[in-house]
Formats: sequence, structure tokens, C-alpha cells
Amino acid sequence: MENPSLGMFIAVFEEVFGKTLFWAMVAAAAIVTVLYLYVLIRDRSVSWRKFLLAQVSMPFGAVLAVVFLWNVTHSGFGDIGGPVDLLVLLGVAAIGAIGAAILVYTIQSLIQGPDRPPQ
Amino acid sequence: MDFPDIPTTRRALLGALAAGGTAALLPGEAPAQHRAVQTSANIVILGAGAAGTALANRLSARLDGANITVIDPRQRHLYQPGFTLIAAGLKPSGYSVSQTADWLPRGVTWVEAGAAAIDPEAQNVETTDGQTLAYDYLILATGLELNYEGIEGMSRELIGQNGIGSVYAGPEEAAATWREMDRFTEEGGVGLFSRPATGMKCAGAPLKYTFLTDHYLREKGNRSRSEIIYAAHSDTLFGVPIVNEKVRMLYADRGFNTVYNHVMTAIDPGRKVATFATPEGDVEIEYDFTNVIPPMRAPAAIRESGLSWEDRWVGQGWAEVDQYTLRHARYPNVFAAGDVAGVPKGKTAASVKWQVPVVEDQLVAQIVGDTTDHIYSGYTSCPLITRVGRAMLIEFDYNNNLVPSFPGLIAPLEELWISWLIKEVALKATYQAMLRGRA
Repeated sequence: MENPSLGMFIAVFEEVFGKTLFWAMVAAAAIVTVLYLYVLIRDRSVSWRKFLLAQVSMPFGAVLAVVFLWNVTHSGFGDIGGPVDLLVLLGVAAIGAIGAAILVYTIQSLIQGPDRPPQ
Repeated sequence: MDFPDIPTTRRALLGALAAGGTAALLPGEAPAQHRAVQTSANIVILGAGAAGTALANRLSARLDGANITVIDPRQRHLYQPGFTLIAAGLKPSGYSVSQTADWLPRGVTWVEAGAAAIDPEAQNVETTDGQTLAYDYLILATGLELNYEGIEGMSRELIGQNGIGSVYAGPEEAAATWREMDRFTEEGGVGLFSRPATGMKCAGAPLKYTFLTDHYLREKGNRSRSEIIYAAHSDTLFGVPIVNEKVRMLYADRGFNTVYNHVMTAIDPGRKVATFATPEGDVEIEYDFTNVIPPMRAPAAIRESGLSWEDRWVGQGWAEVDQYTLRHARYPNVFAAGDVAGVPKGKTAASVKWQVPVVEDQLVAQIVGDTTDHIYSGYTSCPLITRVGRAMLIEFDYNNNLVPSFPGLIAPLEELWISWLIKEVALKATYQAMLRGRA
């Protein structure tokens, strides 16, 4: 691998999704991330009650990510051919899980507001 | 396709794959980021395929004031690496089709005609619509000619009928080949696969299609009622020895009947019999389905221009270029890239990806009266599909060395899901970024 540049990767991403969709997704991801940071700063603590539901969503995010990838690539679990494939599978699942958790946590925080302090 | 509720997930996972694929199959140079060179040179590019289009984009970004003309009669640009996926029923024929006009940069003149004749002494090109275009520098990127008539009894019109397929002919023919392969794998019988004895684009493709047919026969439960025959043109299955050994083992594992030194010379669609020239004389083999791969050669305008090799690849007409600089051996202002280049390896899109920056740098150096040590190593890549869902990501060079992009991570000689993902998800995008001169 010689000199892969950030510009080249961006060019490839733009071709995968189309320019509009790619940058819309970048924007969406950035907005969710910013909102996540916003609610953390606003609440000045992690709400473990909200985090519980976020955790519950993680397996769904993981499965959804893997099934989505299998569907768009005409492949399935039986195509795992070596250790690197298992790592890719786990990596995709992990990204799905973390993405789902952040999204669910942020949505809850935005809708419900900060936890009330214990009475 | 749309998962608006998990944007992070989708972006990250496909993005990660795209990134891996980019680096793995088509690694190479960053896009041209040099200062523009002032010149008034007349540059003619023959062909608006992968190499011609990428060079048009890169040179127009690199050169200021150059007069760049692209000659190609085809309105449609074809993403040829997609043909195998179309012929495997995984993509529609439109998957490989885009418009030539969409890829060419502003400021480049597109002559929508073919090249009728080239005069390298007078430095001009005559087009099929009667124009004569003078050049200071000429880039041959015409691609190659599929010589179906080189097989007696064969023609393009037969593709998609009577068990005859031909993946290479075009996206519609690839789809017609899938219909025949789909029908065959429903019924079972004898599947016959081969390759020509000439230089050819993507020498892995005949092997892939044999594996894919086997995959569908197994999936449909008809493998036990079928025979798969692979007729190799020489005494090997693949030109790179270490890959050849791996493929030989996989063919044995899949139960293919491999015969060697068989070159298809004739086909009888009525009797469903193909004739092969062998050292022991002609041999007839019956088939129920066959993927005909015709002999290949340079287009007539190249073969008749005096720019071809005379003592190598006799009769095939590949351009006589230095295999490292891609500059013509006798006319230093002529270059070749892509399928038409007469080099020992490299008739793939991945090769084009590596050849194009070399031609660009060699040409620009020549324009400014300089030299460059940027050379083409023979890099070629082949995601050798071994079934739907798995492939081997094989990369090699002139020396038959494996040159894996991810040594120790993606094993080149293992059937892996990740290599399949790269082929399915990232390659077309990388190819398109290459066309634009951005990858």
C-alpha cells in the first residue's frame, strides 16, 4: 500500500454512496455526536437509567448491522473463511452496537431531559 | 438500503469496508497534487475506457494549456470488472453501464469516432469520420478486440442460446450468460469452461466463472448430476505458479475435471460440441453449458499502425512498449496503458490503476525535458471468486511475486469473506474514483 491519502478515501466514499448521501450521512453522524456531547455536558453526568435502555439496544444494533451487510453483499455466516473474517464480523457488530447505544441514549436525553435528582 | 435510524453504524461499517478495499485491491498513488505544468502540447488519447478516461482527467488537472483530445465512438462507459457479478445473477446489467460523457473533464475535446489509422511517422491519427488529428504525444488506450470469429462457428449472436454464454462480451451478454447458467444449474449436465491461448483481460475470470457455476449447482442440489470440465490452454491454470498450485488444489477439492493444453478452435451450437486443438490432435467435448472466451487481440487500427510488437505475441498486435515506463520502444512520444499495452502482465482495471500514474509522470517529465524513475511494476490484482460469498484477493507483479496489500491480515491464498466484501462493495467505487483521477 503506497501513500493512500484522506482525499482518496473520501473520493471512494463519495462513489460508494453518491456525493449527496455520503455528506448527508457525515452530517447526520456529526449531528448525533454533537447532540450526544451536548446532553452529556448539559446533564453533567451519565444517566445510568438511560444508559440501561441504550445497552438493551446494543444487541439489536449489532444484529442489524451484520444482517444489513449480509444482505447488501449476497453473503452470510457460512462465508466466514478465516480469522480475519471473524474479526470483521465482530467489528461490524461492535460498530452497530455502539452506534445504536449512542443514538438511543441521545434520543432519550433529548426527549426526557436530565434525570431528576433523587427526592 | 436506507437505515436512517442508524447512520453511524451504516456509515462506519461500509466506510470501513470501502477504506479496506481501496487499499487492498487498488492501492497506489494519491491523486495528482503537483503544480500545473505550462504547455501547449497536442495530446491525443485513443480510447475513453478505464485508462483513457483516468489519463484525460489526470493530465487535464496536471497540464495547463495542453490541447487534450479523446477519441472514442462509444457513448457508454462499461465497468468491466462488474461483468462477472452480472453473469452470476448478483447485479443487473445496468450495474456496469454509465455514460462516457459523465467521466470526461471539461476542457478535453471528445471526438465521437473510432481511430481508423495511426501514422506514427507523420504523428497523426485518422478517425472513422474522416478527420485527421495531429499529435505531439499519443496515448494508446483503445482496449482490446474480442475475436469471436477466431473460433469457427462462434459469433456474438449465439450468446444466451443453446447453452452458450460469454461473460466478456458486454453487460447484456453477461446477463444473457446468467440466464443460460441459471437454466443449466437448474437442470445439471456438462459445464465446459476454457480460456484462449492469446493474451487476455483478467485471466482469473474464466476460473471465477467455473467456481460460480459450481456454487449454483451445489446450491440447487444438482452438482452430483453434473460434470464440470475445465480446459486449460497450457499446462497450467494460472500464470503465477504459487496461485496456479492453489487453484489446482481448489479444482481438485471441487471435483472439476481439468484437462490441459486444450485450445478451443470451433464450436457447433446445434450439436453442442466444442472442438479443441491439443498436442494429440483435435478433441471434441460435448457440453450443456459453456462460457466461451474468444481469442483477444489489439484493435485493427493498432495492429495496422506499425506500433505493435512483431516478435512477441505474434498476430495479437499489442503495442510495443517498455514494460516499466510504458513508453513505445521506437516512438518515444507514444505511450500505451490498459489492455492494449504489450506487457507481460496487466490487463485488469487494477493494473490500469497503477499504470496510469506512471504514464502521466513519464509524459509530463518528457514535456518539461526531465526524466522520472516512476515505473510500473507489473502490479495486477484479481479478486478470485471461489463461490458466492468468498474470494481470494490475489495481487502479484512481473516477477510472479505475491504483493499483498495487507500482509499477515488478508491472506492472498485463502478463500475469505472479506475479499468478497471488497469485490462487492468497494471496487466499483474505487474504479470510479480512479476514472476521475482521484484515486
